[in-house]
Amino acid sequence: MAKEDIDAVTGTATTGHEWDGIKELNNPLPRWWLWTFYASIVWAVLYWIAYPAWPLVSSYTSGLLGYSSRANVAADMAALQALRGEKGAALAKAELVDIEKDPALLAFARAQGRAAFGDNCAPCHGTGATGSKGYPNLNDDDWLWGGTLEAIHQTLQFGIRSGHANARENLMPAFGKDGTLKKDEIVQVASYVRSLAGLPVPQGVNLEAGKKLFADNCTVCHGDDAKGNPELGAPNLTDRIWLYGSDQEAVVETITNSRAGVMPAWADRLDPVTVKALAVYVHTLGGGR
Amino acid sequence: MIRSNMVPPPMNVPVKPSAAIAAVPDTPLYEAGKTVYPQSVKGRFRTVKWVLMAVFLGIYYLLPFVRWDRGPNSPDQAVLVDIPNTRFYFFFIELWPQEVYYFTGLLVIAAMVLFLMNAVAGRVWCGYACPQTVWTDLFYAVERWIEGDRRERMKKAKAGLTARRVGELTLKHGIWLLIAWWTGGAWVLYFADAPTLVKDLATFEAPMVAYACIGVLTFTTYTLAGHMREQVCIYMCPWPRIQAALTDEWALNVTYRYDRGEPRTSTKKAADLRALGAKAGDCVDCLQCVAVCPTGVDIRDGAQLGCIQCGLCIDACDAVMAKVGRPSGLIAYDNDVNIERRLSGEAPVYRFVRARTLIYTGIIALVGLVMLYTLSTRTMVDVNVLHDRNPLFVSLSDGSVRNAYTVRFLNKRSDLRTFELSVAGVPIPVVHVIGEEPGSRTIVAVGPDQTREVRVLVTVPPAARIEKSNGITFTVRDVDSGDTATATDHFFGP
Repeated sequence: MAKEDIDAVTGTATTGHEWDGIKELNNPLPRWWLWTFYASIVWAVLYWIAYPAWPLVSSYTSGLLGYSSRANVAADMAALQALRGEKGAALAKAELVDIEKDPALLAFARAQGRAAFGDNCAPCHGTGATGSKGYPNLNDDDWLWGGTLEAIHQTLQFGIRSGHANARENLMPAFGKDGTLKKDEIVQVASYVRSLAGLPVPQGVNLEAGKKLFADNCTVCHGDDAKGNPELGAPNLTDRIWLYGSDQEAVVETITNSRAGVMPAWADRLDPVTVKALAVYVHTLGGGR
Repeated sequence: MIRSNMVPPPMNVPVKPSAAIAAVPDTPLYEAGKTVYPQSVKGRFRTVKWVLMAVFLGIYYLLPFVRWDRGPNSPDQAVLVDIPNTRFYFFFIELWPQEVYYFTGLLVIAAMVLFLMNAVAGRVWCGYACPQTVWTDLFYAVERWIEGDRRERMKKAKAGLTARRVGELTLKHGIWLLIAWWTGGAWVLYFADAPTLVKDLATFEAPMVAYACIGVLTFTTYTLAGHMREQVCIYMCPWPRIQAALTDEWALNVTYRYDRGEPRTSTKKAADLRALGAKAGDCVDCLQCVAVCPTGVDIRDGAQLGCIQCGLCIDACDAVMAKVGRPSGLIAYDNDVNIERRLSGEAPVYRFVRARTLIYTGIIALVGLVMLYTLSTRTMVDVNVLHDRNPLFVSLSDGSVRNAYTVRFLNKRSDLRTFELSVAGVPIPVVHVIGEEPGSRTIVAVGPDQTREVRVLVTVPPAARIEKSNGITFTVRDVDSGDTATATDHFFGP
């Protein structure tokens, strides 16, 4: 090897390369850096062997440790079931009406119900179960299909117009669209219905005619006193809670084109214990009867 | 280090690489710690330290086994930190997590007692009561018992490893580890029923966390008391720094009375000088005060950060003074004010009643009295209320307004109690506790030493006129004893 060429200014050896009088100083990478680099290469190779790494045509190299995020989810779910353990089993066994009498079971059911509500029900009913137009507020005491624990449980299981064989079904006729009632008749009925709830009526509307039309067309479902019928899912028209709004236009729209909200059947999507917990949770929000 | 007189070399002059290396700092930034070999000593302060060590270690190791009867539903361990059930027991006191402010009070008192001790007698805590001092002292005693006193230990440390030496070292570290392990073991006993845990530990059935805690504390005790010793006081502990800022000229410190000691001479020369009527110091420069010092300082340099003021140099010096026939107390608890006074021929004065001692005592008394008062009037029932966030209120079909609350009852008695819940602040409130029959009296039963959370609905009829936000008070009354507790919240309306 030729004699080392030492750069005069810095005192560092050069690599011997020179371009237009500019020399390259020989400053090799530090040892520790190189060893870290080699170690990380070794680490990468070991990682390929141990963990899923390379894509194949129809699958991938699964790795010796058998790691899989899907398996992790399954394990987490099993761990959750194990965690619920005794209390979960007790909840599965308990009769609906007995749950609220046992403080520990009630707390457990409400906690599980709250979590399930947030995951499944909040998109329509809201995180506080306060609902919105067309989606009932579950905190109040107005229930289309009944507010007992049993009724809530049934609605949860099979839904409303959900397509499930046991779903709750009813049909509010579209009086305007079907031509059963004329426009002015609809206004008369709407005004009469609003007057029942103590709401103001437009001037010059014949309420007597509205009352007669109501008696002829509506009392079958809503009842002579217009207080509704939870067996049929017919709402009480005399109270202060209006699912689709209480102004004149909203009521006219309901009578003209009907309303038909849908609630999914949860028996097919959630396990029975969760549905039970949900029923208890909704019932204990405050409105339950 | 860059020195200010160093200028960069001109670019066009070739510089030898060695020129850059020439700029080494004059003093090293790192000084290796010198091993301290304290000599054994006998005397007043050594005796006090032995007694205190026995008392403190006795309390620490045995307290978990002391029993205290609290009735059938509570643990019978006198001092217990019950983490799973979130309770702290101290003899007749039982604290809940909500009462953590008692610990704040204890910490305030602890700090003030430390400050007061400092105002009266300097770092008396460091010298006698600090666990670091107590355990280091214990470890030194073991070392001395196995390896011999100062000179022998120094000699052995320099000599090579013989079979006997290896045996001694093994024995020493073995005993150290045993003490350290016992220290960690005693610690975990404060967190569970001690006799049961001892049995579980012995049969390897104790929880993993117990073994882990013992392991960690064994390691820290062995390292801190066996190997780091005075370095903990000198480099790690914040107290010497704080103490230096808190002290004043009246605080008593272990002091070398240089008015008496200087100039240092030999016994013979001092006798000659005195015979001629000249002044001679009492200090014979025997270095006994340095030899016995557990932190290796020379007290004759004055008050210093390394001095933990344990008084062992006083014992050593008094023994020497007795031998050379001079009065004892060349090193004593004293302060610089009195040295100055003696130098100018005045009588020494000691002032313990000073503004700072009075203030510290006052704060200790005040916090202590407040704690005593709250402890003696501590209610055995409590109630916490949390309003529903969403929705804030619900309008019902008849126009009533309802608010929902989570109410937590706390029964601090060790028997089952029934409480009546009542609400005030809004007109004609109807209270419904979920799980109880609606319309019945709002009676809630809470198990012994437990809390119970219930959902409470408060409904106000449509006829009642309410504001957007109304103050509301929940009152909980023990049906039998009449004990009450209240909590306030809000009732919201449209």
